[in-house]
Amino acid sequence: MSSSRSGEQARTIADAVARRSYGKLVAFLAARTRDVASAEDALSEAFASALTDWPVNGCPSNPEGWLLTAARRKLIDFARRRRTGETAGEQLRLFAEQLEAAMCEATDIEIPDQRLALMFACAHPTIEASVRAPLILQVLLGLDAAMIASAFLTSPAAMSQRLVRAKDKIRESGVAFRIPDRQELPARLGAVLDAIYAAFSEGWTDSGGTDVARRDLAEEALYLGHLVTQTLPDEPEGLGLFALMLYVEARRPARRDGRGDYVPLADQDLTSWNWDLIDAAETLLVRVSSMGAIGRYQLEAALQSAHVHRRRQGHANWPAVMELYDALLALSGSPVVALNRALAVAEVSGPMAALEILQSLAEDKRLTEYQPYWAARAELLTRCGATAEAREAYEVAIGLERDAAVRRFLQQRQSQSC
Amino acid sequence: MQYMLLAYADVNQFLKMTPDEQKQTYGAYMSFVEALKKSGSFQASGRLQPTSTASTVRVSNGKTQVLNGPYMETKEQLGGYFLIDVPDQDAAIAWAARCPASIHGTVEIRPLWIPQDSEYKPV
Repeated sequence: MSSSRSGEQARTIADAVARRSYGKLVAFLAARTRDVASAEDALSEAFASALTDWPVNGCPSNPEGWLLTAARRKLIDFARRRRTGETAGEQLRLFAEQLEAAMCEATDIEIPDQRLALMFACAHPTIEASVRAPLILQVLLGLDAAMIASAFLTSPAAMSQRLVRAKDKIRESGVAFRIPDRQELPARLGAVLDAIYAAFSEGWTDSGGTDVARRDLAEEALYLGHLVTQTLPDEPEGLGLFALMLYVEARRPARRDGRGDYVPLADQDLTSWNWDLIDAAETLLVRVSSMGAIGRYQLEAALQSAHVHRRRQGHANWPAVMELYDALLALSGSPVVALNRALAVAEVSGPMAALEILQSLAEDKRLTEYQPYWAARAELLTRCGATAEAREAYEVAIGLERDAAVRRFLQQRQSQSC
Repeated sequence: MQYMLLAYADVNQFLKMTPDEQKQTYGAYMSFVEALKKSGSFQASGRLQPTSTASTVRVSNGKTQVLNGPYMETKEQLGGYFLIDVPDQDAAIAWAARCPASIHGTVEIRPLWIPQDSEYKPV
């Protein structure tokens, strides 16, 4: 009875440490060797040892230090198994020194937080852009490949292969574990922020919150975004991204009604928005605007702020929204931004003007399988009275949507307007 | 690269739906095919009649056996297929996730066999 209770307690503490310190421990273990995969393996074996040791010997007063020491011993074991001869001896001496250092840390010295440096390594220019977000999720948070694969719509086998390859690249091509210096920082930080936002967006697509993997992904991305603002409090784009995610997260509960049906922004119940998050985002945005360095995420956050004001005050300042979109388009050149800008154009200059912009965007391959493009087209065509064409555009939008509630919503719009 | 998307679903679930829901579900499949066609990925598709109409044939020891019913009795049955041509497996997964069967059933993705010359050479 008591042993099962202490087993349970050990598990609870191990879970809490994993939640709080997983990335910190991986970062510290891999910082010198750049061998992320070995650090992960060693840490997971250390967690396994903890679950057998702690229930018997009691939970250590410094569980992080205990895990770090155990993981280091595992790393030495790995090295012993892998290497022979001169280099092995050298490697072992290095590990022995590190182990001593870890013993000191095991007492009371705080483990340095190198998570952001690890994020920069994961989002390094030599790492393929599409694998950066999955890599950060795995290495910093310990999410498994199958869960990440589901979130990014990839087969688990392909995802774990990509992750392994990326880790090999970090080890072999000498990617540094450090926060880049001032000159380099803005460009390099962009890649880190893009990866965090990619993770957040994948989480966001499950608007119903029915898919646990996806819902958690948005939370984890918020956590990483917060970590960036804590470590680099004077980087406006980091703050901008965090504000943007807070705005979006604040509306999560409002996107479904009681029956689980999709509710568009214009019809959302304002009382179900999380106003604490919105206030926090507004405060961040004010702080960022005084920093005098505009960027993509700040502009997107400002657009979210405009949405909030439009709904709260009941009238919109479309010319100001247009200006924000113009600036954003100039910065990003993204067809998705151009599409959203066209919808603002529809409010200022009418649906025909917006349709002309959409027509010019139709060439872009990236939009042909993008549901919002077809939904926007359908909406604008309806407003112009081109019923047959609108019907066809709705048809494609419905076929491209993977969320059943949004699909139902689009089907209703189609039958109402065509 | 060609992939076969095999849509498995419980036909009884469909039959239990109200006529409106059935229409909506059927419409979703039509839209899915429309979107596939628009993207240029569409090759072929078909909807199968329920497994109650199935018969199976097997020849063993030179004797032909014909049986009523499907090859396997399962909770979800093969109800239709979509043959698509897309650049890679990720694209096939993206289309499978859009297939309405992935919500009320399961979609299996199978790449088509690409014949290698050597496989047809006599040993």
